[in-house]
Amino acid sequence: MENALSGIKVLDLTHHIAGPYCTKLLAAFGAEVLKVERPGGGDISRRMGPFPNDEPHVEKSAFFLYLNTDKKSITLNLKAATGKEIIKELVKDVDVLVENFAPRVMPSLGLDYQTLEKINPRLVMASISNFGQTGPYRDYKANDMMEYALSGHMYINGHPKREPLNGIEHQPEYQGGLHAFSAIMAALFWREESGEGQCIDISIQECLGQEHEYTLVNYTHRGQIQERLGNRFEIEHPLTIYPCKDGHISMSGNFALKQEPLYLLVDRLDLLDDPRFQSARERFENADEFDAEVGPWFLERTREEIFHSAQELRVLCGPVLNLGEALEDVHYNERGFWQDIDHPTAGKLTYPGAPFVMEETPWQASRAPLLGEHNEETYCGWLGRHKEDLVRMRQAGII
Amino acid sequence: MKKLALEGVRILDLTRFWAGPLAARVLADMGAEVIKVEDLRSRGLASVASLQDSQMTAGLFPNGVPGEQPWNRSGMFNDYHRNKYGVTLDLTTQRGKELFLELVSISDVVIENYTPRVMKNFGLTYPVLKEVNPTLIMISMPGFGSQGPYSNYMALGTIVEPYCGMSSLMGYEKDGPSLMGVNYSDPASAMNAASAITLALFHRRRTGKGQYIDLAHIEAMACLIGHAYVGYSMNKKQPERRGNRHPSWAPHGCYRCKGEDEWVVIAVANDEEWDSFRRAIGNPPWAGEKRFSDPLSRLKNHDELDKLIEEWTTRHDHYEVMQILQQAGVVAAPVVTNKELLEDPHLKAREYYWDVPHPQAGTFPYTRLPQLFSKTPATLRGSAPCLGEHNEMILSGLLGVTKDELEELEAQGVIGTRPPPE
Repeated sequence: MENALSGIKVLDLTHHIAGPYCTKLLAAFGAEVLKVERPGGGDISRRMGPFPNDEPHVEKSAFFLYLNTDKKSITLNLKAATGKEIIKELVKDVDVLVENFAPRVMPSLGLDYQTLEKINPRLVMASISNFGQTGPYRDYKANDMMEYALSGHMYINGHPKREPLNGIEHQPEYQGGLHAFSAIMAALFWREESGEGQCIDISIQECLGQEHEYTLVNYTHRGQIQERLGNRFEIEHPLTIYPCKDGHISMSGNFALKQEPLYLLVDRLDLLDDPRFQSARERFENADEFDAEVGPWFLERTREEIFHSAQELRVLCGPVLNLGEALEDVHYNERGFWQDIDHPTAGKLTYPGAPFVMEETPWQASRAPLLGEHNEETYCGWLGRHKEDLVRMRQAGII
Repeated sequence: MKKLALEGVRILDLTRFWAGPLAARVLADMGAEVIKVEDLRSRGLASVASLQDSQMTAGLFPNGVPGEQPWNRSGMFNDYHRNKYGVTLDLTTQRGKELFLELVSISDVVIENYTPRVMKNFGLTYPVLKEVNPTLIMISMPGFGSQGPYSNYMALGTIVEPYCGMSSLMGYEKDGPSLMGVNYSDPASAMNAASAITLALFHRRRTGKGQYIDLAHIEAMACLIGHAYVGYSMNKKQPERRGNRHPSWAPHGCYRCKGEDEWVVIAVANDEEWDSFRRAIGNPPWAGEKRFSDPLSRLKNHDELDKLIEEWTTRHDHYEVMQILQQAGVVAAPVVTNKELLEDPHLKAREYYWDVPHPQAGTFPYTRLPQLFSKTPATLRGSAPCLGEHNEMILSGLLGVTKDELEELEAQGVIGTRPPPE
């Protein structure tokens, strides 16, 4: 067993969610990731809750702990001249640099790709931002809801008679990180042969914009504005969530296939001949009536009963799990997905494990670093500075 | 020097629906030679029979017209399969399997997203494929993964999203769990699969070793809300669904604008931004009131605040609100429709759409690869293949199958260019 990325060094200038998720993946597959944080407060995610007992603490943020596993942390003031020099020194020695500042920041620090490329032509540099490094919205501010809005997702999220609904929290940022990761890997793959680095521009808006199934095609091919449909889909019904005895259950009928298994499940074979529900289109258009027919069956049964009896009939079905239930779930647990990771300040907590299981190059997970935990190791060990320098830099507010 | 990042990599794409095809397309856009291997019935969802059943089942044909060969005209299929080659092979036949294994022996990656029993039934599991190609990378990406008690259960995005905990977090305040308007776990799993494959390719280029990858959508998705799981593990508290609100920012919401069903989102992070916001909307008297003077009071009086803000937004166009507020440094964005997404000036300036000409479907715009590489930019090299379009090119060109045998295989239904009559 070996790590896929052993020997790869990453200079991590990221903060919040998008960049850190990217470098978390690099670290988990074996890269040495050096995270550079602001002296004083560090990564902004250190101030984002939840915290144990809701008491804020820079070493105990759930966001920070999760998004920074396996990394090393140093503090460095990038605005100080010495800070910039140190970055340039580190750049000589790394394979990858990831940053997710607003696009104007790196050039304003004199740390744009054109400059860094001269120091290290093999450098792969990934910049993740809300709208990319170019274009009229380049300097606009955004958060996850705004990205959902400007990528066409929010308009189709939620109920037709209500306001558009924000999507699953922080997915835009995670998607930015994930897209950057695959791009970095492709660039490293190419570098093995070409010997050259390159820079990568990731716009979160664009990452989300491609994550549409038929939203755009619906307009380009049929001229239709895709509407909000609640938990329903135009292509088939049921493709929805029903309330049941102990929560909610997601039913996907038998997607574009036969209806018998579903009707057998709910003991309503008579619906096969019901004129209101003959085609997918009719089932969708008469969805309220359809739900009135089958809904009561679900209300009398638990998720567990419905899930297994449905899947045995090859009916697509799954429970709506809340976080605690997923942590207890048999399937996740038998696959060994969840991992307990201990941390000197935050204690032992449960984390999601690997997003995909690689037979030869496993995922590793060790705790997130304390703020500046690796200052001495990095400045004295890696860069060969004296301990007295460290003291001076600390007094000057550089680290 | 190679012009594309993954140039020289050959991938066999056995996938169906959305997640798998998108994963393989991302790799194709990055330069891999992707060969889509289909059986003749695989595009059944776009066939005439199912079209009669649904107005748009997986179809979405140009101008709604299925045409003589609807299986080649599906907008969704053509979106997920550009830059790929296409061969047909019936993997349940002996000869189909043999030819597939010959392809495996000259390929780098196999990607599939069946439930685990399917590849077993074909007799085409990783150990079998590895015998003909010891350095093969293979990824299986079923909803519940290849191992574990529910591995043979079927899943679509609408099953995965609720199962991995995501739906429990999304929804209007005091309302039930909510699904995204797209099957979000499909593209998100696709990006995980593309990540896994590029990682495995890098490892192979350095060590010469292939490997097997098991991607369970439910796990890849749970990782994308990992912060919430760690948070839960701290306090055992399930977060409440909060609609468009934010735990500490206020205002944070979606507001009606001038046009019909026209909306804008506005988010104010702190007092500084609140002051900018007030100025930008012309300092109305209510905005100076004490009940809105700091984040906590704004959170407490959010409902009233929303009504007052909406009085202002309903006088404006949603793009106009963005301009006004962004100039002032306040987070705001129009909630765009599919049409507006296509026409968005920023995306246009960044050349986000590729016009993809297709011999049977005509030319339509589709989103390009989001990852912009400075030295290996993705290019459009071809439209989605028609069913069996590259049978001769691949089977004869790469494997040396004779013309006579191709005809024989076509007569037997092992390969072909039309789905069999249903």
